[in-house]
Amino acid sequence: MSPPEPARAGGAEVLLRCSGLTRRWGGLVAVDDVSLAFERGQVHAVIGTNGAGKSTLINMLAGEIEASAGRVELMGQDVTRWSQPRRARAGLGRSYQRTNIYPSFTVLENCRLAAQAATPRPWHWWQPAARCQASLAAAHAAARRAGLEGVLGRPAGLLSHGGKRQLEIAMCLATDPQVLLLDEPLAGMGAEETERMLELLAELRPGHAILLVEHDMDAVFRIADRITVMVNGSVIASDAPQAVRASAEVQAAYLGGH
Amino acid sequence: MRDGAVLEASDRGKLAFLALAFGALALYPLVGGSFGIGLATKIMIYAIFALSLELLVGGTGLVCFGHAAFFGIGAYATVLLSPGYDPAELAWLLPACVGAAALYALAVGALSLRTRGVYFIMVTLAFAQMAYYVVHDTPLGGGTDGIYLNARPVLGLVPGGFELRGGLTLYWFTFGALVLVFAFLAVLLRSRFGRALAGIRVNEQRMRATGFATYPYKLAAFTISGAIAGLAGFLFAVKDGFVNPELLSWHLSGAVLIMIILGGIGHLRGALIGAFAYVLLQEFFKSEAIFGEFSRHWLLGMGFTIIASVALLPHGIVGIGRQLAERRARAARGGGKESADEPA
Repeated sequence: MSPPEPARAGGAEVLLRCSGLTRRWGGLVAVDDVSLAFERGQVHAVIGTNGAGKSTLINMLAGEIEASAGRVELMGQDVTRWSQPRRARAGLGRSYQRTNIYPSFTVLENCRLAAQAATPRPWHWWQPAARCQASLAAAHAAARRAGLEGVLGRPAGLLSHGGKRQLEIAMCLATDPQVLLLDEPLAGMGAEETERMLELLAELRPGHAILLVEHDMDAVFRIADRITVMVNGSVIASDAPQAVRASAEVQAAYLGGH
Repeated sequence: MRDGAVLEASDRGKLAFLALAFGALALYPLVGGSFGIGLATKIMIYAIFALSLELLVGGTGLVCFGHAAFFGIGAYATVLLSPGYDPAELAWLLPACVGAAALYALAVGALSLRTRGVYFIMVTLAFAQMAYYVVHDTPLGGGTDGIYLNARPVLGLVPGGFELRGGLTLYWFTFGALVLVFAFLAVLLRSRFGRALAGIRVNEQRMRATGFATYPYKLAAFTISGAIAGLAGFLFAVKDGFVNPELLSWHLSGAVLIMIILGGIGHLRGALIGAFAYVLLQEFFKSEAIFGEFSRHWLLGMGFTIIASVALLPHGIVGIGRQLAERRARAARGGGKESADEPA
């Protein structure tokens, strides 16, 4: 199971692990007995055709949908029965395949509200939220990191498509998660925006465990430390990029001579 | 920072409006006769009621179609908890009535908030109808005839206490309650709690993904809203000295929804304006002096006016200014030469 890569000092720290994770929708098995580990300092890409179960896997890891069977561990704790908000507060951040923001709020407020979830008393009811220094500081830092510092006052709905994708990431970072589940962050992005996003992912890599679902194979092979290939809900390969590229089974099932 | 400047200007406009509205209400007793005082009291009570619903609809995105239940429970509690022919002590009667409404809201919210959208609307309606038929068909609340409040509550616990009788005492008491409720909601909606409610309104899925357990937030908002509606119900019962099942009817639930739609959802002052406009429209169409025989069909006039206002004023009365500004901007763009990018 251990990736054949240059050894990291102190060994790998697994932040998120799933074992035997399964989701059935009636007779259809969307995700079938998937066991994976996500380590700090790694970009772990999950690839597969549409309908392979990648988004369902992310949704189960995030707690957005319940697993039919299997177990999810977050930093050594069994979180299988935890609700999504509880997992999020424990350090699990996610972005969505389809942009999922607060369009009528400003970019800053989008980030601040996300950061507010991680403050000690997010339900504080009399101090104006605009003066909540903790969430403001985190919001500014996250927006800067995602390259949005120039558009903080703009309603999020008026951002370009790429800008909205950046905001997705910024909102995710604002809660200071340990694990990032990113569902197609590059979808619909131009070449320049893709470059920026890959730089950001590389920058985030050391401190986080990153699960990256992505269709852009060039990007995946450039950034990923480990690649898992899913077909019809099952994992057919999970290995270092070179090994995955060389695998005949993957070639046949998915990559098509890439 | 042009954005900041624009915001400040609109904030100043808001404050000016509120100062004007509350100032006018504070000065009104100098000129108003007893009919006017009664009408203004009724408007302020409905304004409190509408504010409570605005917290749910405009603040949290929850369309409750059974809000009259909390109003009615506050009103019925006022009568039922008052001892026969002796006045009740205001200092405990008021909290008891508000508490009764809050308790029912807590129970209704706990169940209905498991649903969403149209189902939520229907479930809140069903719970309100349930409460309606409890007072309508059981001897508990005097049945269809309703019951009288024989003695108004008296504040005796503190020096300078008073009897909460109709007229000016009740006017000032209601005015104070309205100011407090408005200030409370304004503070609440700006706070982290209020921003979380706004987040739930705009995108609940994202809120949960970010780490907000949204259900307790919604339940808290629902209960607070029910409590404030109960306060309005208490004032209504004290004002009229009489309660009947109509106070829990879906007509009233609809009326208070219309008030906030008329005024403009998404703004606290919309609830004030809406309550004011609704009651005045009602008085207008009911006036025999103006409509003669036809005043018996006042609902028809009301209906058409409301349909027209919803069609013509999508942002309510509060939004008229913005609507005109947008129209001017469009006209300017249509004219071609001027740049219409600057918001008017």
